[in-house]
Amino acid sequence: MAAKMKVIEGSMAVAEAVKACRPAVVSAYPITPQTHIVEDISQMIADGEMQNCEYVRTESEFGAASMIQGAEAAGARSFSATSSQGAVLMYEVLFSIAGMRLPCVIAMANRSVSSPLSIWNDHQDAISARDNGWIQLWAEDSQEAADMIIQAYRIGEDHRVLLPVMVNLDGFIITHTYEPVELYDQKMVDEFLPPYSPVYALDPKNPVTMGSLAQPEVYTEARYMIHQAQLKAKEVIEEVALEFKKKFGRYGGGLIDAYRMEDAEVALIAMGSIIGTMKDAVDEMRAEGMPVGVVKVRSYRPFPAEALRAALKDVKCACVIDRDISMGMEGALFTDLKAALYGKSKADILGFIAGMGGRDITIDDFKGMARKGFARIRGEKVTDMEWCKLDTDILPEGS
Amino acid sequence: MAALEDLFASGHRACAGCGCALTLKTLLRVTGPNVIIAQATGCMEVISTPYPESAWKVPWIHSLFENAAPVAAGIEAGLRATGRKNDTKVIAIGGDGATFDIGFGHLSGVMERGHDILYLCYDNEAYMNTGIQRSGSTPYDASTTTTPAGKLSFGNQRPKKNLPAIMAAHGVPYVAVTSIAYPADFTKKVRKALSIEGPKYIQVHATCTPGWGIDSAMSLEVLRLAVETAMYPLFEYENGQITSVHKIKDRKPVREYLEKQKRFAHLFKMPGGDKEIEKIQRIADLNAEHFGLDVKPKGKEAAAGKQ
Ligand SMILES: Cc1ncc(C[n+]2csc(CCOP(=O)(O)OP(=O)(O)O)c2C)c(N)n1
Ligand code: SF4
Repeated sequence: MAAKMKVIEGSMAVAEAVKACRPAVVSAYPITPQTHIVEDISQMIADGEMQNCEYVRTESEFGAASMIQGAEAAGARSFSATSSQGAVLMYEVLFSIAGMRLPCVIAMANRSVSSPLSIWNDHQDAISARDNGWIQLWAEDSQEAADMIIQAYRIGEDHRVLLPVMVNLDGFIITHTYEPVELYDQKMVDEFLPPYSPVYALDPKNPVTMGSLAQPEVYTEARYMIHQAQLKAKEVIEEVALEFKKKFGRYGGGLIDAYRMEDAEVALIAMGSIIGTMKDAVDEMRAEGMPVGVVKVRSYRPFPAEALRAALKDVKCACVIDRDISMGMEGALFTDLKAALYGKSKADILGFIAGMGGRDITIDDFKGMARKGFARIRGEKVTDMEWCKLDTDILPEGS
Repeated sequence: MAALEDLFASGHRACAGCGCALTLKTLLRVTGPNVIIAQATGCMEVISTPYPESAWKVPWIHSLFENAAPVAAGIEAGLRATGRKNDTKVIAIGGDGATFDIGFGHLSGVMERGHDILYLCYDNEAYMNTGIQRSGSTPYDASTTTTPAGKLSFGNQRPKKNLPAIMAAHGVPYVAVTSIAYPADFTKKVRKALSIEGPKYIQVHATCTPGWGIDSAMSLEVLRLAVETAMYPLFEYENGQITSVHKIKDRKPVREYLEKQKRFAHLFKMPGGDKEIEKIQRIADLNAEHFGLDVKPKGKEAAAGKQ
């Protein structure tokens, strides 16, 4: 049976995907630009389209995360969504969910983090939650975000993985944009995503203790096992993406993607919705005869080090664009890529901080970055890390 | 008669005389095995689950310090949505720090939303697991490691937060205050709570022997004195109304309660201590008056208004 194509908002695409996954518990707390997702789900529930789903309007994101932790521990598939301050408020619970190996799924509508207060898009919220054990997938557009939700449950619930998954989609740029999205045939989703079968669940017939106190003799081992599960997830993410393609005819997942990389000397590397603009920039430069390509990172955790090494093996300069900053260091993806290539590649690597707090990044900006890559190859002087379009006029003197 | 199997096993690491551990043991005797427990960080979590051991023979989860209530609510929602609720009771447990302070907002949210859980607060009147720091439940004038008595201080200078009234104000069907020194009262209240659908709150006074500075053998005696002096009134709210109080015959002066505990020892040594004890006596008197705790004398004296 063919699925329908519909022009809908990105948030609605995510909500439709969530519905198709048949979660038993959805918890919600409003925050822009995530809110439409949980509103759409609440409407579906009000309209009787999601039977057997408990929808809980919590008192905070901390409560929302705690609810899905409890539900998942009780053996129920669960979902929540958040952004920015909400994600930061969830922070402690996110660690706890991953530590207990509960495969919850959260949609993260990426937004900058206060202060200064900004509701606009960048990646600081998710990047700041980088080390808590959650798998992080990053979508380029609405279709990919929705497809990733369905894959997220398959990946997280796989008994080789058992980890929570955060599906990142750029706030406003994806959440509030209307695009044609192919919706799901429920039967096909049911075939792709079996009912949740936890290894352990809270059940009086078979009592288990979850969340024990760990003495120094066992804590490291518990963390080691989470790390191993993340590494294992690399295979599973690829496997699930291929299976998804077989079933739905679209490749909307996997670890990375490459665009016009065949003979590229310079590569632009990033995550999220800016990939689309980057591809346009690359097309224009290619027309001018410049060998440049794009590498899209879809899975930030686990970090696809091997895949990136392979994709960048013939590249002379890699330009990494981060929409976040690890203060006192540099963009997080920039650091990670350098670590992955260290000693294994001759490519030069440049870092760019761009598009923070919703600042626009244009085709020309990307072309400028790529040109810096070519300049570096020619041996011209180029700084290793640059703050793109930094307005020095508004900075106080001396900064 | 066959002995009841303890679902909270002995061999846990609580101090001798710990009223809180006794609370858990007694709780499970009432609930039986068809229960799921979510517990906040604190002494009772730490003493009962050092991996790979566990004192819990019922399903149990600890996640964090402040979220026992929403985790329990999530469990309940998960069971319901997957058709496995049956008669399984879901109970959240937290110490007074978890309940009165850090988890308060989440507890309030869960109470207000009507989740079918029982929240049990074991009230040992301070953060014990981190070494006896003051919480919103610490009584007036108690010396703790963050409100120590000293040359310029009589200890904690704020009265105990009235959490039961706040819980009752949420309009939940059942709120009760009890003491583990009164096991029949405790049992009755837990049983009643579990028979009611919706959110329930029970607060149980329970000793911490090092925290209060008492001999482990004195645990229950001191708890009884708290009730007999009206320092810890026992009562029930049903749908926002007080429906029962534990009456006191011949109410004892608060001195008798205070003098048995090191946390109040400074009041008996410092200049001005007497005045402080008088203030505490007034707290107890107000409790007695508010809840009508004193058994009224009968006959002539009553007619003459003498008390
Ligand atoms: C967010 C957070 N802050 C602080 C702590 C440290 N902490 C662990 S247990 C505890 C005290 C618990 O006190 P209470 O809830 O009264 O329980 P008790 O120890 O008395 O049983 C504290 C402060 C923590 N675990 N998490
Ligand atoms: S410190 Fe207090 S509350 Fe903790 S186990 Fe000992 S007696 Fe019980």
